Amino acid sequence: MDTISDTNWLLTALVFSPLVGALLMVLIPEKDEASHKKVALLTSLVTLGLAGFMLIDFDYSSAASLQYFVDTTWIEVIGAGYTIGVDGMSLPLIALTALIMPLVFVYSWHHIPEPGNAKAFLILSLILETGMIGTFVAQDLVLFFVFFEVVLLPMFFMIAVWGGENRRYASLKFFLFTLFGSALMLLSFLALFFLTDENTFNMLVLTQNAGAGIARGTQLLIFAGMFLGFGVKVPMFPFHTWLPDAHTEAPTQGSVILAAVLLKLGTYGFIRIAIPMLPEAAEAWAPWIGLLAVIGIIYGALGCLAQTDMKRLIAFSSVAHMGFVMLGIATLTDFGINAAIFGMVAHGLITGMLFFIAGSVKERYHTLEIKRLGGMLVQAPKLGWILGFVSMASLGLPGLAGFWGEFPAILAAYNPAVGIPEGTFRGYMVVAAVGTVLAAGYLLWLLQRTAMGEPSLEFRDDPNITDVSTTEWIAWTPLLVGIVLFGVAPGLIFEVTDPAVIGSLDNCIRVGCEATQAGATAVVGG
Amino acid sequence: MFAFIAQVVSEFNRPAIDWHAAAPELTLLGFGAIITMVDIGWLERGRNIAAPLASLALLATMVPIITLAVSGGQRSMFAGGFVVDDYSLIMKATFVLTGYIVVLISTNYIAQGDYWENEYYGLLLSSILGMILMASARDLITIFVALELLSIPAYMLATWRKRDLKSNEAGLKYYLMGVFASAIMLYGMSLLYGATGSTLLSAINREVSALAQPSALVVLGIIFVVIGFAFKVSAFPFHTWAPDTYEGAPTPVTAFISVASKAAGFVALLNLLFVGLLGRDDVFEPLMWVLAAASMTAGNLMALRQMNIVRLLAYSGVAQAGYMLAPLAVAGVVPDKALTASVTYLVIYAAMNLGAFAIVIAVARKTRSAQIADYRGLFRYAPGLTVAMTIFLFSLAGIPPLGGWLAKFRVMEALIEADSASGLVLGVFVAINSVIALYYYARIGLSMWADEVPDGDLSPVRVPLSLGVAVMLTAVLTIAMGVLPGDVVSRFTEVSLLAQP
Repeated sequence: MDTISDTNWLLTALVFSPLVGALLMVLIPEKDEASHKKVALLTSLVTLGLAGFMLIDFDYSSAASLQYFVDTTWIEVIGAGYTIGVDGMSLPLIALTALIMPLVFVYSWHHIPEPGNAKAFLILSLILETGMIGTFVAQDLVLFFVFFEVVLLPMFFMIAVWGGENRRYASLKFFLFTLFGSALMLLSFLALFFLTDENTFNMLVLTQNAGAGIARGTQLLIFAGMFLGFGVKVPMFPFHTWLPDAHTEAPTQGSVILAAVLLKLGTYGFIRIAIPMLPEAAEAWAPWIGLLAVIGIIYGALGCLAQTDMKRLIAFSSVAHMGFVMLGIATLTDFGINAAIFGMVAHGLITGMLFFIAGSVKERYHTLEIKRLGGMLVQAPKLGWILGFVSMASLGLPGLAGFWGEFPAILAAYNPAVGIPEGTFRGYMVVAAVGTVLAAGYLLWLLQRTAMGEPSLEFRDDPNITDVSTTEWIAWTPLLVGIVLFGVAPGLIFEVTDPAVIGSLDNCIRVGCEATQAGATAVVGG
Repeated sequence: MFAFIAQVVSEFNRPAIDWHAAAPELTLLGFGAIITMVDIGWLERGRNIAAPLASLALLATMVPIITLAVSGGQRSMFAGGFVVDDYSLIMKATFVLTGYIVVLISTNYIAQGDYWENEYYGLLLSSILGMILMASARDLITIFVALELLSIPAYMLATWRKRDLKSNEAGLKYYLMGVFASAIMLYGMSLLYGATGSTLLSAINREVSALAQPSALVVLGIIFVVIGFAFKVSAFPFHTWAPDTYEGAPTPVTAFISVASKAAGFVALLNLLFVGLLGRDDVFEPLMWVLAAASMTAGNLMALRQMNIVRLLAYSGVAQAGYMLAPLAVAGVVPDKALTASVTYLVIYAAMNLGAFAIVIAVARKTRSAQIADYRGLFRYAPGLTVAMTIFLFSLAGIPPLGGWLAKFRVMEALIEADSASGLVLGVFVAINSVIALYYYARIGLSMWADEVPDGDLSPVRVPLSLGVAVMLTAVLTIAMGVLPGDVVSRFTEVSLLAQP
């Protein structure tokens, strides 16, 4: 039992600092918008500061073990603990979340979406931040579940109130889909609790236990429940249909948060919970997960090619990109999962950035219809160049961050973990490679039709169309720097994640070994 | 003749009475009598003190409940027919606090219109008296008396606005269906008595458990009694009275019926199943399974189409009853878990549903309507009420970190721990129903936050102090029970009914 102390207070402070800011804002009257913006930005900067301090203070030599570990009781009667900790697997994602939120608040300085009410909008964003960071630090299944769900309400209202024309439909769809998945996921968590001998929700213990003592058929069922919960969130084909709607209708800030962080909750769940806790079931399901992943890659890419709306196109590209992440995860190799985590961070930076651009384009042109746009390089050259740059990153150009998420994932599929059909995954690899070509296709096509050529008659003399503004520069620069930095020095992330990934997979290997050893002993004994 | 009476009287030995154990009932009885006296003596002049007196009565009743809880242990009277233990105390406290909040939301509502107020509070108190008696009842006769004591005042409260046709309809439907259910239940009780030779629940349990196969008499008795309670808790298909009664009755009374009266029905059912019939889980478990699955599914599906928020809450109440019944379907395997799950659900449900009705009353003060369409754009002119209503609705939907999630969690926990196919399937029912229910709760949320105000009238809603206090109280409780349940509910709801004399 580790209660909160001098050495591990940091994580708790990190998780709840946004909430403190939100509570403070409740007391400020609604009319005082400037104060709200200041408090929200300041709060997120404090959180970023804490995250920065953690990045420095983190003991990288033991990135495989949980640090700032707190394990104290929370709801004793159901055996749920307040157990939090951070290791190399969650560190990059926490840093990403802490980085994205201040940028969102900077962007909000001049861009509170219709119908206004900065107070409610910013409070919801802060609650969202607590939920997201909480999910990444939780080391107890119930705590994880609660944080995982805390993000639902704020995001629902963000889309429902500040969204586009079709916001009603999109927000409800988002909410219903995710709840459906997570309700079944909760059943799986409970089954796991009662079927392990320790009767615990502690993720460390469950990971060490790795499904021992649970019948194979039951394991497969429990994994299926988790798969629904996480798969809807990722989203994987065929549960992806909420995503294009939610992204298209959400305000810019909502889209950025959704793309940059929220989708990662699902993939993170796979690598933190589903796979290490039920390695045997993961092995059995891996070919199917891989199949859905490559279908997602191709389907997402083809979907992109059919879109007429820029934001919807970016949304579909998320389906494709998350497909690469899931393919990496499905290989169950340290190589693939490292690539997946990298892919998550890269996708967060790149697609978050793309949605920022889409928001700015919408603000200038009042439309995102691709065929009405054009000639951005002439009218707003900096904006056009940034779009070009980020598109290159998104299609996986070597030297930029996107490359290190996709290429190793494809490579990992060539050589999946022992026990997973090699031929099948090599087939997936080929399909995924075709997916990258399609990605280049739709992104270049987007770039060509929006940025190049002459401005259309409609917008030629529109005074509204200006180049990148100061707030936009402030909000965007860190993302652009990140895209280059991690593209040039991918080791910055790989070196942090690798020990933790190997550690979590070690369990699977160990369990597998024990099974074979037991078999061998049986043979010898017989 | 006189000699005979004298002989009987001289032979009568008064059973030992533990005055402390009976103190909550006696306190409430005393205050109820005072309110009636005030009404008779002062007539109109007593109008102003009726509500404060009722609040005082309920707060005073909390005192012996707390002292009993502190002194701990189990107290039993009348050969085990009246028991005070942790379980009965938590339920008594729930009833009394529910009553207190109902008084808070009633004060301004009842004062409007030219109706008597004193009787209202007198009837309310006697209904609550029936409920706290029910929590201790471990005997068929006591259960029946308590049930009538809590129901009859409720029939009259439902028809309180006697010049309003809908209120009359509400009361009449409630009354007819209620006595119908009572009759069925009484018949079932007589069968159980006939089969076992005792009205004492613990004795009934001994008798029915001894049978290798349940006799037809016992099975019929159980079915009839359960159907009787299914009316009371408005479980499908015995819910038909609820929507009309809820809509027509004065809204504070609706809140009272939907929370306290339903909880009392559940308490009676829990007493009966866990003390009296636990040995016959092979009979009642399938019954509970079907009732639970049917109630949650049918309730949710019917709620989807409602245009009136009170009717919607009525149907959602049917579904909620289904969730509360679900753990009883595995009561034979994990009795303690199942009981705890139901009790936890009842306590959390009381807070969130009362809160929702408090908002309905507050909003109707301005819009004079309970149509969901009139909640459009509520956020524009009543942001505080909107946030509170959002908390209550999404708590009812079971979204963390609001209280409702813990209630659903405990239900699922019991179902999964039972480790049986039927438990697992019912768990999946609960999960899928949560999604269906979210649709109608979230739709109201959408209306309140995202829509335009229909008539453009942005004048604020005037919320009287007592109503505001009720909203605050229930909202804080709803959040606290979801975030730190360890300190708020769990400490009290870990109860057991198994250690019975």
